[in-house]
Amino acid sequence: MEKKEIVLELKHVRKDFGNGPVLKDISLQLHKGEVMVFIGPSGCGKSTLLRCINGLEGIQGGEILLNGKLISTENTKWSEVRQKIGMVFQSYDLFPHMTVMENILLGPVKVQGRNRKEAEQEAERLLERVGLSDKQRAFPAQLSGGQKQRAAIVRALIMKPQILLFDEVTAALDPEMVREVLDVMLELAKSGGTMMIVTHELSFAKAVADRIIFLDDGIIVESGTPEEFFTRQKTERAQRFLNTFIFREEKGGDEA
Amino acid sequence: MDTVFIKEYIPMYAKAAELTIVLGGLGIAFSLIAGLLCALIQYFRIPLFKRLVNAYIELARNTPLLVQLFFLYFGLPKAGIHFSSETCAIIGMTFLGGGYMAEAFRSGLMSVDKVQKEAALAVGLNHRQALMYVIFPQALAVSVPALCANAVFLIKETSVFSVVALADLMFVAKDLIGLYYKTQEALFMLVTAYLIILLPVSVLAAYLERRVKYAGIGN
Repeated sequence: MEKKEIVLELKHVRKDFGNGPVLKDISLQLHKGEVMVFIGPSGCGKSTLLRCINGLEGIQGGEILLNGKLISTENTKWSEVRQKIGMVFQSYDLFPHMTVMENILLGPVKVQGRNRKEAEQEAERLLERVGLSDKQRAFPAQLSGGQKQRAAIVRALIMKPQILLFDEVTAALDPEMVREVLDVMLELAKSGGTMMIVTHELSFAKAVADRIIFLDDGIIVESGTPEEFFTRQKTERAQRFLNTFIFREEKGGDEA
Repeated sequence: MDTVFIKEYIPMYAKAAELTIVLGGLGIAFSLIAGLLCALIQYFRIPLFKRLVNAYIELARNTPLLVQLFFLYFGLPKAGIHFSSETCAIIGMTFLGGGYMAEAFRSGLMSVDKVQKEAALAVGLNHRQALMYVIFPQALAVSVPALCANAVFLIKETSVFSVVALADLMFVAKDLIGLYYKTQEALFMLVTAYLIILLPVSVLAAYLERRVKYAGIGN
């Protein structure tokens, strides 16, 4: 892993909201083809971190570098950066007035100026890959949550981003739809996608991650392989966090 | 009812109706432009202009068209600014309508979820493109009913145009009543004329509202 090139690098990133810092001192490196999963309690700054990386939130300290180039500046051309860093949101956020196909084509046609026919063909291929071939002409309101989220993933994928950010993409889904979305992400990860994933699905995190970052209170508490993180936690904080999940599984009995 | 009288004066009403349609139509068109401009200034919170727009909207919506027209037609000449009757009518309508249309556009823009903009930016659109392709179409769907109601309202407001010496429908009716005491006929024709103008507008509005309804459906 260390030999691979670094795509994204964060150096001492600090993010303040009105009432104090949300991210205190975050440094990390994301390598090409790496799948990095962020876990941690609510409000620990996981989502904020992703939003800072693609410029939806500004940072107050530190640096963010994409392919070695500083992107956390005043005059960063975010519309260019965001073509390289795709993002999928918790609430899907498809454009409700457009069909699935129109949603997907907006970026490649209007932003990248790609040929519509060519983009449409690629969209068809991607939709087939996520099992939505028959939904091209459907409006978002006609789709289930899982279908919307898979369409949203295609919308991000078609831009051919170097990195894909997933911000709790299954958190708003019914349990039986979670799997279909996670399967798509797992498949993307296997085919070499560079991804940063914020999730609460621990077993998914275990299956998909190359590296797990445990965040709490705006700092990286632990960073390691899934194997390390789930079996030999270095900190008491991570143990406590994982225990809450284990306890729940035992209580549920047949749910586990 | 005196049908001979009615027939005789139909051309006079038709001419007044034409004036209502032309000036009303122009007033609505300019109101839409002015309103959209004001709403965008508010939406993007452009400093200073935002305050001016707020003040303008309050002034426009809280003073009667009649008073606004008086000011344009009798007030401005005192300051050496002279407008023709038609110009006064169109400026007055735009001033009044712009305030109402701005509020209609603004409420539409406000109704679009903030995350829609973030999603638009996330696929690489710039702010202008995000507005054009993602936010505005959704906002318009919400605004259309209010915009249409404003259009109908503005056409009805043309009935005060006689104060700037224009022979609008209301003026013609009052004139005929004054001259011939044919109150029933004159008022009957007045109501009919307004209905002939406004019913198609309402039907068009209902059609537009149906057309855009689907765009407003949530995610």
